[in-house]
Amino acid sequence: MINNLWLHPGLILLAGALFLPLVKGRLFRPYLLLVPLLAFVTVLQMPQGVFGVFPFLEWDLTFGRVDRLSLVFAYIMTLMCIIGTLYGLHVDNPFEMAAAWIYVAGSLGVIFAGDFLVLFLFWEVMAFSSVFLVWFRDRPESVWAGFRYLLVHAAGGLVLLAGIVLLYHATGDLGFHQLDVTGPTFPVYLILIGFILNAAVPPLHAWLPDAYGEATVSGAVFMCAFTTKTAVYALARGFAGMEILIPLGVVMALYGVVYAVLENDARRLLAYHIISQVGYMVAGVGIGTELAINGACAHAFAHILYKGLLFMGVGSVLYMTGKSRFTDLGGLYSRMPRAFVFTLIGGLSISAFPLFSGFVSKSMIVAAGFDDHLYWAAFLLTVASAGTFLHTGLKVPYFIWFGKNNCSYQTWKKAEDPPMHMQLAMGIAAFLCIFIGVYTPYLYDMLPYAVAYDPYTAYHVTESMQILLFTALGFFIFLKKLTPEPGISLDMDWFYRMGGRVFKLGAQKGMDYLSSRAQQFLGEALPRRLNRFSQSGPARLSLLLIRPFWYLTGVTVKGTDGAEQRFTDNFNRSLFTIGSSAVFILLMLMVLLFFIT
Amino acid sequence: MIVDLIEFLRHRLKRVIQVCCAILALLVGFDVLLLDKEKAHTAAENMWGFWALFGFVSCVVIIFVSKWFGKLGITRREDYYDQ
Repeated sequence: MINNLWLHPGLILLAGALFLPLVKGRLFRPYLLLVPLLAFVTVLQMPQGVFGVFPFLEWDLTFGRVDRLSLVFAYIMTLMCIIGTLYGLHVDNPFEMAAAWIYVAGSLGVIFAGDFLVLFLFWEVMAFSSVFLVWFRDRPESVWAGFRYLLVHAAGGLVLLAGIVLLYHATGDLGFHQLDVTGPTFPVYLILIGFILNAAVPPLHAWLPDAYGEATVSGAVFMCAFTTKTAVYALARGFAGMEILIPLGVVMALYGVVYAVLENDARRLLAYHIISQVGYMVAGVGIGTELAINGACAHAFAHILYKGLLFMGVGSVLYMTGKSRFTDLGGLYSRMPRAFVFTLIGGLSISAFPLFSGFVSKSMIVAAGFDDHLYWAAFLLTVASAGTFLHTGLKVPYFIWFGKNNCSYQTWKKAEDPPMHMQLAMGIAAFLCIFIGVYTPYLYDMLPYAVAYDPYTAYHVTESMQILLFTALGFFIFLKKLTPEPGISLDMDWFYRMGGRVFKLGAQKGMDYLSSRAQQFLGEALPRRLNRFSQSGPARLSLLLIRPFWYLTGVTVKGTDGAEQRFTDNFNRSLFTIGSSAVFILLMLMVLLFFIT
Repeated sequence: MIVDLIEFLRHRLKRVIQVCCAILALLVGFDVLLLDKEKAHTAAENMWGFWALFGFVSCVVIIFVSKWFGKLGITRREDYYDQ
């Protein structure tokens, strides 16, 4: 009966979200903190095994497959839920936090799902709850960005569902475990597409900067942690060692970096760096060795914290000043010093500085690449890490807190360090970023496989310091080149933003044509003929009968004073019309009857 | 406190730059003179200051390739989608 005792942490969040709008007054904020804390404690005490199996129709649905891989993701996600909720404590709209919790519950549902049906269910929960975190920003742009986000995820979900159905049809097995990656079949590819859409692999990535740049301040903190990392978990579970993921991951890592150079909005820049960082994890899953899978999990763990921290830091600037574009900010170090320090810690962590979290996680994936003799992949990932430091470690802090002061008078006046609860949330995340980097067993002992890897060798530390500091040298030499300019960068979303317009235009033109043709035929030609038929039908019929007699008698038939014209004129005026019409109708009825019977 | 530290450093910008350059030189010096390169993954890494060069070149390549890419028509006015 242990099945019944097992409590799904997602269920706690779901129930918590359900009752959240009912909790009012002084209880509201303590309640906000209590629910994610409960979920976290549940994960901490969770034993390994298979729980929560419910028979449904002919299947056994498994809601609780607990092993080391699912536990490490569940641990960091519930932890991030606490930090994110603490950060969003100022939000008075209970539905925003409820949406965030349901979203986290969706992620946890996927992570503990033992079969594809349960996975799909929670996969959709994630998309349909997180979109509210965009919509609650209450700007016209965010409404549209939300709809685009939903559109893309609904399409991805359908591809995933098609893959699941076809796979079940082919194998008769719904269980979610390692798929055949050496000879992948069509359904396996469909499932892969569904997964990598959520992992934001180009060209299926444009939803991410589009939506995250438009999300609410605290909503973005949640969004940056869950969707992509849940996809990384799903890939690690089902597609470990799938070789195509290595080039895809490397392309991702570089793609995000290139777009980050062009980006003027700080939150969109961070969003592009999510793509870049998830690229490491995707490549790690593709390499598929124990070290690489450990690296992917460790990097996901570290990433959730430092990316959350970065979104909190930049989000606090947006919250206080209402601005997130570099061209509206600058020189704020004296106004928001603490936000600066926290963001810098996030920046150093993502850049894999020694003693920060990224250093102990990212390097595992690169090392796995070198170990597998995938030199091109390992070197290109190292190039991307130089780009990461260039932007997130240097560009973001420099152009917000230093650089040219582009602040308007209002922006400058409004800018000061954010409320205490935001600072506390950032402080916890910052502490963990450093703690992970300093005390490696904390993270390494949680990973799915035993770790024999030591990041702190003299060679590795020197290597990293050289790459990072000489990147910094390049940054300051080419500072002028990197000065942000107002503008946006076209990305793959162009196809569904402008493609929609092309479709609309085509549809409009096509419909106009169809409509005018229909008007001509149904509205004009057909009634005219019908009208003539019923108006002059009897006369014409009579003419048909009488015309041969006229020809026989030699009367002038045609012409303005011919017999035909006179007959028609008389016909319209005389009583004869009524009689002939009656005959005509009778005839028509007989014809109809003949055809019907 | 944080602000004071930053202002302290900003007022001595020249000295800060000198210290940073010295750190860079030291780092390369350590790589050339002292570092045990047994852990290197490839032969190229045995070159003097390989990773320093790698970092700098990566940075420059990323900046210029991205700017070139943006000029291909990727960067547009902010109201591009509103037209």
